[in-house]
Amino acid sequence: MTAEVAAPTAPTRRRFGITHWLAKMGITGRWVVILPPALWLTVFLLIPLAVVFKISFSEAVVAQPPYLPLITFGENGEVQLTLHLSNYLFLGEDSLYIAAYLNSIKIALVSTVMALLIGYPIAYFVARAPGRWRNILLMLVILPFWSSFLLRVYAWIGFLKNNGVINNFLGAFGIPQITMLYTDFGVYVGIVYTYLPFMILPLYTNLVKLDTALLEASADLGGRPFRTFLSITLPLSFPGIVAGSMLVFIPSIGEYVIPTLLGSPSTLMIGRVLWDEFFSNRNWPLAASVAVAMLVVVVGPLMLLQRAQNAVSGDS
Amino acid sequence: MRRGLFLPIAAALGFIFLYAPIVSLVIFSFNQNRLVTVWGGFSTRWYAQLFSDPKILNAAILSLRIAAVSATIALVLGTLCAVALTRFRRFRFKTLLGGLISAPLVMPDVITGLSLLLLFVTMQSLFGWPAGRGELTIILAHATFCMAYATVVIRSRLGELDLSLEEAAQDLGATPARVFFDITLPIIAPALASGWLLSFTLSLDDLVIASFVSGPGSSTLPMVIFSKIKLGVSPDVNALASVIIGVVALGVGIATLLQLRRPKVGPR
Amino acid sequence: MSKKSQIAADTRPWRDPAARPFVRIRNVTKKFGNVAAVNDVSLDIFKGELFCLLGGSGSGKSTLLRMLAGFEQLTAGGIEIDGQDMAAVPPYRRPVNMMFQSYALFPHMTVWNNIAYGLRRDRLPKHEIAERVAELLKLVKLEGYEARKPDQLSGGQRQRVALARSLAKRPKLLLLDEPLGALDKKLREETQFELVKIQETLGVTFIVVTHDQEEAMSLATRIGVMNQGEIAMVGEPTDIYEFPNSRFVANFIGSANMFEGVVVEDESDHVRIRSSELGTDIYVGHGVDCSPDQTLWWSIRPEKIRLTRDRPPPTGVPGDANVLKGFVEDIAYLGDMTVYQVKLESGRYMRVTKANSLRGDPDAIRWDEAVWASWDGSAGSVLTS
Repeated sequence: MTAEVAAPTAPTRRRFGITHWLAKMGITGRWVVILPPALWLTVFLLIPLAVVFKISFSEAVVAQPPYLPLITFGENGEVQLTLHLSNYLFLGEDSLYIAAYLNSIKIALVSTVMALLIGYPIAYFVARAPGRWRNILLMLVILPFWSSFLLRVYAWIGFLKNNGVINNFLGAFGIPQITMLYTDFGVYVGIVYTYLPFMILPLYTNLVKLDTALLEASADLGGRPFRTFLSITLPLSFPGIVAGSMLVFIPSIGEYVIPTLLGSPSTLMIGRVLWDEFFSNRNWPLAASVAVAMLVVVVGPLMLLQRAQNAVSGDS
Repeated sequence: MRRGLFLPIAAALGFIFLYAPIVSLVIFSFNQNRLVTVWGGFSTRWYAQLFSDPKILNAAILSLRIAAVSATIALVLGTLCAVALTRFRRFRFKTLLGGLISAPLVMPDVITGLSLLLLFVTMQSLFGWPAGRGELTIILAHATFCMAYATVVIRSRLGELDLSLEEAAQDLGATPARVFFDITLPIIAPALASGWLLSFTLSLDDLVIASFVSGPGSSTLPMVIFSKIKLGVSPDVNALASVIIGVVALGVGIATLLQLRRPKVGPR
Repeated sequence: MSKKSQIAADTRPWRDPAARPFVRIRNVTKKFGNVAAVNDVSLDIFKGELFCLLGGSGSGKSTLLRMLAGFEQLTAGGIEIDGQDMAAVPPYRRPVNMMFQSYALFPHMTVWNNIAYGLRRDRLPKHEIAERVAELLKLVKLEGYEARKPDQLSGGQRQRVALARSLAKRPKLLLLDEPLGALDKKLREETQFELVKIQETLGVTFIVVTHDQEEAMSLATRIGVMNQGEIAMVGEPTDIYEFPNSRFVANFIGSANMFEGVVVEDESDHVRIRSSELGTDIYVGHGVDCSPDQTLWWSIRPEKIRLTRDRPPPTGVPGDANVLKGFVEDIAYLGDMTVYQVKLESGRYMRVTKANSLRGDPDAIRWDEAVWASWDGSAGSVLTS
């Protein structure tokens, strides 16, 4: 750590104006850097979560805002704190919410596996490609990501619907229509499609660093290509697999757009449940409690996992 | 390592999977008839309709404005945060800051959106500000979650930066602030550009958060598109998609060309 | 290096008890967690010296250097440069400049701007900066390279830019971290010579960190050998080499034949050591600070041993000391000298070197010959630690 405040040995001709005055106020250089993001995040991230937590203890009313205040003042100046636990009880009792959680996790899991199976060959192919081609192929992989996510999901509506592109194609061969849109299958396709670049990139980064000498050594010792893949490439690419899977699995759980556009009304996903509670039912407190439950059950453990990962890899 | 034909075929199928929907989008944007799935002849009518639709155009301008402002805020705050986390050894609440800045990366959009909306509502009832929700609240929300991504990009670049460069500058008489502007910033400039672009794209693309925190009269482009496509396919959306994809392809193409042209730099 | 010894011989301030040191390092300790990278080090360095901190990795030399530059805070102790306590002085306010091991040239600036950077921080007028940069480019022989960027330079050229940049502000003290490490052997030798010349011409005090003992020996006016965070020995190169104060120093610099023995005679004018490892007695022709029956070590440099086919004539040393039989097991011909691996009757090996002063000596000792090894009484060092 370098010392930033010191007795000057020779008079410096001109100081950096602002830092001089801030230092006079006791704010040394470091805090000028730390405070702006820290304050911003506190106001726009930490406090909102606290507000969500608070409102989850309220009850819905037809008013503006549509929930009861927690702290009320009585006529004699007393302060009353009212906490309704009804929302959480409701969550636990109504099987809808638990089913939605489990279904979300199931869908996310299946999608992650599918993304891995499709993404791994692509990542491997690009990683093993000769120099110039590699950059072009990588660009081709990333390009869809930069174009609108919403529109790419929309593209699948045209593809999957009855009398859509795929079904018309099959129809040309006399194959009857397959219902793909507004089913769970549509959601899988949508999630895999949207998050595929997130799976490919970490895999690619990992595979491209793979030392070809290892593969050559394996071949030299008598390993056939598939065996080499199983024993050498696959285990060594494990960190990439984990990273890519996390990048697909985690956001998929809370997805709203894809199940709404491509899934059936009965495709229960927790993100959709939250949205519907909020927008359709106007039940803000219940939506808040769904959010809190989501955070505790899903996000909490994930952040701990991330912390553990950082500890292992050594944060700078 | 030749694995016969399996790998190229699997990869080709993968690329087809990635691009087929996009290609079909573009093709059918030129379709004569309304059905987005049966070809009826070449026509550019949907483009004409698209460019004369004030709702979409206004939404596009709004989204671009919001994206530019949010990306800039996100970049500045993200850079400060990245510097604090990589260059400062220990300070109070460092782990908390590190946790907070990674939170948006793992939090589902719906929760981010909900929490910010509730914040704005509470603030309005307590202070009277922000009075109603609209462009400002969307900017605040977008800046917040984009900041997390910008920090990741810049943090990774800062981590790779050779510390001895910054030490050498200090040794030659530059104060830490000077070092940052003279040495660090110019060297990580490409990462800053990446961070800004990433934030811009994420903001432009966001539907869920904007839906929560926007107000009457401030519909972003994704919100407009979403309401259209919830009702089914619509060829002017195809046209819009083609335009966006075209612009993006052009941008990425130019960026890749520039990167390929630049001579390999020596030790950083 | 005749010129250097001339200057150094006239003024060797460390030999003058009244001289004021330029750099005073007092009981400096640096701990990382529980590990002490530098442990209670005290050192005085005088103006105009080319002082080398020599040690292996983990010896603490780089940490010590960084503390002098101001990049590490001291856990304990103090550093004074030119009478000024450096405790609260950050690196950008010290009269010290550093040349980094990786050179740390700013990749986005030209050679000219790299060298001018420090001068700009001092807010010197433009023409002064231009003059100074031109002067330095001439000094390191890089005129014409101003507009190049670091990635357009060779390793040797980058090193010279780094040197020019570090000298630009006329620092009182220049710290060099393994300055020649990245250069190939030939370039290294040339640059060593140039470095010394520059230092002598400018009169700047240099502190060089290196792990290469040859480099230290050829560059330094004095060497500080470091081992595991502590100073093992400080002295002129001849002192370090010929009169090491410990087994560590004897082994670290050059090669040494080390034998354990017991003191059997301890007088004021001679000491006799019996060593079963060696197989004969060692007669040292001067008094040594030890006691009878003390176990200690005796080390002798390979070039101080003579090999003869016949037993050498007696030299007046009482008893059969300083002479023994051996068997030449291996020879390495290095061009300028020959290295003999001599097996002793005790089973130990002795490394003996001989300069090839005769071209194609027909009488040279060959493989598998039985030989006699002998040495003078004062040729070895007695080490008690």
